[in-house]
Amino acid sequence: MKKIALVLLTVMLFCAAFSACGTGDYTATINVYNWGQYISDGSDGCLDINKAFTEATGIKVNYSTFDSNETLYTKLKSGGVSYDVVIPSDYMVGMLISEGLVQELDFANIPNYSYVDEEYKHLPCDPEGKYSVPYTWGTVGIIYNSKYVTKPVTSWEIMWDEDYAGKILMFDNPRDAFAIAQFLLGYSINTTDEAELAAAAEKLAQQKDLVQSYVMDQVYALMETEEAWICAYYAGDYLYMADTNPNLEFCFPEEGFNHFVDSMCIPTCARNKKLAEEYINFLTDPEISGENMNYIGYSTPISQAKQYLDESVANSPVAYPDAETLSRGEAFESLPTETVTHMGELFNQIKASGSGFTTIAFFIIVGGLGVMIVYFWIRKKYRDNY
Amino acid sequence: MKTVLRVFTVCVFVFLYAPVMLLIFASFNAGTNLSIFSGFTLHNYAELFADGDLIRLMLNSVLVSVLSALIATVLGTAAAIGIFRMRKPMRKLVLQVTNIPMTNPDIVTGISLSLLFAFVGRVIKTESILGFGTLLIAHITFSLPYVILSVMPKLRQLNPCLNEAAQDLGYTPVQSFFKAILPEIMPGIITGAMTAFTMSLDDFVISYFVYGPQFSTLPIEIYNYTKKPVPSKIYALFTVTFFCILAIMVVMNLLQARDEKRKNRAFDGR
Amino acid sequence: MKNKAKLLATPYLVWMVIFIVVPLGVVVYFAFTGDDGKFTLSNLGEITTYLPTFFDSLSLAAVSAFICLLIGYPTAYVIAKAPANRQRFLIMLIMLPMCMSFLLRTLALVAMLEDQGIINNLLWSLGLNRVSLIRRPSAVILGMVYNYLPYMIMPLHSVLVKMDSRLIEASQDLGCNGFKVFSKVILPMSVPGIISGVTMVFVPAVSTFYISKKLGGTSTAMIGDIIESQFKTSYNLNVGAAMSLVLMVIVLICMGIMNKFTGDGEVDLL
Repeated sequence: MKKIALVLLTVMLFCAAFSACGTGDYTATINVYNWGQYISDGSDGCLDINKAFTEATGIKVNYSTFDSNETLYTKLKSGGVSYDVVIPSDYMVGMLISEGLVQELDFANIPNYSYVDEEYKHLPCDPEGKYSVPYTWGTVGIIYNSKYVTKPVTSWEIMWDEDYAGKILMFDNPRDAFAIAQFLLGYSINTTDEAELAAAAEKLAQQKDLVQSYVMDQVYALMETEEAWICAYYAGDYLYMADTNPNLEFCFPEEGFNHFVDSMCIPTCARNKKLAEEYINFLTDPEISGENMNYIGYSTPISQAKQYLDESVANSPVAYPDAETLSRGEAFESLPTETVTHMGELFNQIKASGSGFTTIAFFIIVGGLGVMIVYFWIRKKYRDNY
Repeated sequence: MKTVLRVFTVCVFVFLYAPVMLLIFASFNAGTNLSIFSGFTLHNYAELFADGDLIRLMLNSVLVSVLSALIATVLGTAAAIGIFRMRKPMRKLVLQVTNIPMTNPDIVTGISLSLLFAFVGRVIKTESILGFGTLLIAHITFSLPYVILSVMPKLRQLNPCLNEAAQDLGYTPVQSFFKAILPEIMPGIITGAMTAFTMSLDDFVISYFVYGPQFSTLPIEIYNYTKKPVPSKIYALFTVTFFCILAIMVVMNLLQARDEKRKNRAFDGR
Repeated sequence: MKNKAKLLATPYLVWMVIFIVVPLGVVVYFAFTGDDGKFTLSNLGEITTYLPTFFDSLSLAAVSAFICLLIGYPTAYVIAKAPANRQRFLIMLIMLPMCMSFLLRTLALVAMLEDQGIINNLLWSLGLNRVSLIRRPSAVILGMVYNYLPYMIMPLHSVLVKMDSRLIEASQDLGCNGFKVFSKVILPMSVPGIISGVTMVFVPAVSTFYISKKLGGTSTAMIGDIIESQFKTSYNLNVGAAMSLVLMVIVLICMGIMNKFTGDGEVDLL
């Protein structure tokens, strides 16, 4: 037994020493927090942007991902973590600014900002353009598998179609999910009206039984393997998925759709503001931006980057829709915190609401356990008396 | 009856190992889809070893679990001895509290620690309290009960005269502890350390609530991967770990078997 | 010596208070305060809207624990009756999956059950119709049984292996038939193992948040999923803390009831 202990101890110490070497180097590192599958990462022979950045500047990138704006917000709000660069969408940028969670940028360190198209420099969420540098823009639409979905897809209504029950995927974040219901009901997607929100929630609740699951980045696998046939997701990701499964089609719904801009910001909890600005500058370089968009499929806010795009991406009507289509798009504005919380709570309730497996089963189980307890108790009493 | 039971047991093992086998097959699969086999390849392994990040994450996991197991073992063994000497009401109370992390749902333990850390972070005004330290603390916390609960029974089996006898023979209390008591409770300590190590190596739920961007472990990253299309190198990593753990367990088993045999022989010879 | 030995527990006691007791206090604090830090019961009030989810989670977990017991008991029995060497090997096989990433193993289970998964592809190629296996409560139960079965088998085995075979022989000599031996001798003596096994399956099952997400449909959201989203996406710490508190209390009540059977609170889980 002693020998085993000795062997184990040696192995453990060895491992510990080994891994300490692997983690020791923390000289110049920035923590980047980005959406999942949202940067060119070197797979399939494309450019590995983080690696290129490290090679160019010597700064190490500690890269992690989130899957919705709300996750990012919660992480920053809960505290205890430090990120140097985050990439939220427009409405979240506004919310982060109003809550003082992001800081003003020093544009002297971001010379490449001059490449950014004028129309993206003064977004409603950051009118003076002090806090954010646009990363991408894009749209939300319906992605469907033309092999199975034979009805014409023109409207969000298809996501409520009972013929495709169990094959529909829905957004797993309140803002995007509510927007779809609000488009269908003809409301503004920026409504703060309680009754309108309740109606939208009701609409989403009606859809629940038809939905396969509420997902974010899991759509890739589910759509590519044809496990699901219809989903609402971001146009850029459609281009990525369509590479794998050519049966997938994209539709800009007639009721309107969300048109968003994702921007890079520096949170107040950042520790390396200067290095973070260097990173933002690097990503805003037209060539880098072009290479990046080739991989992630979203649209670039830098016109000069378009010369670096692949033909297929640059001419794609999904990534760069015509003006007429774009005019149907509507942008999210940041809502008051109470509305956001309320929406989140409504969404949680939709997801949680009754399955009916369940309440009956629960009482049967409780009853059964009760009977068992009484039985054992009586038996124990009986034996004790014996 | 016996055959029925045996066949049943075989079925249970098949049930337990079918998904594991599937993952091992997937690591040799050229495609990324788990349910379609599209050709044999070793490419996934090449990719795994070329990916410094995954190796680093794995070493992170090992580092946290080794350190937390070591610290928890030392703290826990000392605590078990101390608790054993306590008077009954006190002992009962301490053991009740010790049971909390075991009987509490993991998610509650994780949340309670994350709330505590966030609060402390706000008080001492540091932006990045979450990281290696918090992970280590959390892992030690949930490992401690396992160590204590595997050492306690050994203490109970201990002959109460052992300590006195050792001291009568001229050992100091410290010496008698190391020479007489420790060897007797060693099996319990090792079981505790091993349990702590394995629990910590595979822990996801608690780590998920207390990790920071600077330092995360493999299970957390795997969770992030399962949201995206899972790259096949993850399956290769799974296969490698599977065989490593298998090898360790087989070696442990052989050593244990040899030990037992020796003990039996010594007993027979007497 | 005796007094000094008691001091050995001091570091642990300090640790315990800081990292077990205080965090739970923080959870309670959050559960009873609003955003403004003032006392309120509204968080607990909001939980009532999630009551069906609580019921669902409890019944799914209870059913899984029961099925684990049904499957685990015979398996543990067969293992306990096997010769020493084979027994050690079998126990190793049971423990091995516990050390592997449960996230990936669950993912493999998904790949088997999916509409486009392995089982359905097999049926399809045999000319049969695809059947819907996944995204129903039974799939969640299957996932839980698969993941937590080893936690049932281990404590059952450790109880059964300690059982004195002479007792069984004696009862047979006294005229008990096979069934009576089981119901009057073996089963009552394995109650502690059953209790700790059921606990070790029920507690993680009731609070899981990954298995139900992957294997369940939109109607099988579990309480763990909701708590996770309160903390990770909705930034609703107060309601989340209140839900954790209720979950904890429910689990404690269940455990309390179970412990009534064993009489003594000190169960050896391993």
